[in-house]
Amino acid sequence: MRRLSRQFAPYLLSLPSWAYLAVFFVIPLGSMLGLALATGDPLSGYVISDNFSEFSLGFSEYHAEFVRSFLYGSISTVVTLVIAYPVAYWIAFHGGRNKSTYLFLLVLPFFVTFVIRVLAWEFILSDQGFVLGPLKSLGLIPQSTHILSTQWAVIGGLVYNSLAYYVMPLYVALEKIDRRVVRAAGDLFATPAVTFFRVIVPLSAPGIFAGFLLVFVTNVGDFVNADILGGTGTYMIGNVIQDSFFVNQDYPLAACLSSMLMFLLMLAIFLYARVFGTDTIQDYAT
Amino acid sequence: MSAALMRAGTRRPKLELGRRLLGFYSGLVIIYTMVPIVVMIVFSFNIAPNGRVALKWLGFTLNAYRNAFGIQDLTGALVNSLVVGVGSAAISIILGTPLALALTRYKFRAKTATDIVIFADIAAPAVVVGASLLSLFLELNIPRGLITILISHVAFNVAFAVVVIRARMIGLDRSLDRAAADLGATPWVAFWTVTMPLILPGIVGAGLLGFAMSIDDLIITNFVAGQTLTFPLWVYGAAKIGTPPQVFVLSTFIFAAGGALAVINSLINRRAERRNNG
Repeated sequence: MRRLSRQFAPYLLSLPSWAYLAVFFVIPLGSMLGLALATGDPLSGYVISDNFSEFSLGFSEYHAEFVRSFLYGSISTVVTLVIAYPVAYWIAFHGGRNKSTYLFLLVLPFFVTFVIRVLAWEFILSDQGFVLGPLKSLGLIPQSTHILSTQWAVIGGLVYNSLAYYVMPLYVALEKIDRRVVRAAGDLFATPAVTFFRVIVPLSAPGIFAGFLLVFVTNVGDFVNADILGGTGTYMIGNVIQDSFFVNQDYPLAACLSSMLMFLLMLAIFLYARVFGTDTIQDYAT
Repeated sequence: MSAALMRAGTRRPKLELGRRLLGFYSGLVIIYTMVPIVVMIVFSFNIAPNGRVALKWLGFTLNAYRNAFGIQDLTGALVNSLVVGVGSAAISIILGTPLALALTRYKFRAKTATDIVIFADIAAPAVVVGASLLSLFLELNIPRGLITILISHVAFNVAFAVVVIRARMIGLDRSLDRAAADLGATPWVAFWTVTMPLILPGIVGAGLLGFAMSIDDLIITNFVAGQTLTFPLWVYGAAKIGTPPQVFVLSTFIFAAGGALAVINSLINRRAERRNNG
């Protein structure tokens, strides 16, 4: 009897979340695919059909936005990594007793809601704002200078918003490194640069990849930075999906584009899981 | 003197300088992350002509603070956000704790599948999660509103709750609840009297994170909200026509409250840890 209950216990314990995630995470992905293949309009309703042409149409029409999203996503993720790594390294190796305080300071901006953080940057970078405005009236930069509406503003916004998401997994990975290994490298006459690139960086690889995945996926799918900080030339696939749902009410197209985005990113995640396993992301996700 | 020591001796000043530079750089990055927050707080005290935040400093005023709750829709949206934040955090803890328990204490068949789903839920881009939930609600003809927002927020908070609570459980000494079992406690009693107090910091942490994620979310909410507005949605809608200063004021309140809560939580944890160690 006891053995039997032990056998069933894990299933009983996981049942509530499984049921929830099945109904509100896994099944919706299926309904999205269904909607992508549907024909009809919002007024008369939709009929599920085998409208696969939507996919080729979606790609030929919007491949520029797909390419742009993946481009902005990769550039912003790499820049974030370059900015975040030294910070995570310094906190992990030289943070001393104040480690948790430094980490806390890095996540503090999260207590201000995402859209307001982006809005604040719009404010700071605006053409006549308190940064560019005085510089222009002093004649230090030409009147026509603008940062907003450029791809750099969008990428900058993405970088800013992912910084803490990247520092955390990097910090966790660096913190785990056995300091004796680092000292051993020094004793074996490795220069600090060699120790860093041949010992510390490889040992922190799980953090580098976990953070890369989280930040990259988030940034590829983002539309808020592009919407607030960018212009018509910085449209990302998220903006198109958003507009298709709510401006043009072309639900099948919107569902089709997000299905395509999902497939592309799932491919990336699958490759990741294949190479690094799923446990690492669990360790580094928070 | 050994060669290694000698090398260490000659290299130290250079290393020391590098370390200082690294510290200085890290300080700059931390300041950079604070810039938008400082701007927001400072400009909440700025004179706002026509009820919109001005781009330049026009002078100090407490007007926006006096009328902090003066915009009814905005206050209503904030209340919605708080309700969804607390509700989704609570539900995801209730759902997530048993799963975290199953994942840390048992070996079972569906474990890998569960890991993958949790992982996918965390890694899935918000646009896809939002669009797929909206597809489901459209197909089932479920009217969008506060309930669908709550449902969607639980859907992403569950995974985070599992990960945070699980991290806390992994560090637990299993002999404690075995001892409870040896002393005749049923698993139910052992959980509530032994395990639960030990994982409580993890549960509180998961709750705080869930609340923060919920109040932060714009993208998923935007898809499933229908005509209902949350605080971020209201702000996003107003951004096109100009931001009223009350947005900055209320956000400053949330920032202050959230920061204070996090500080209190970490102080309590630190004291508890010191008591355990000493």
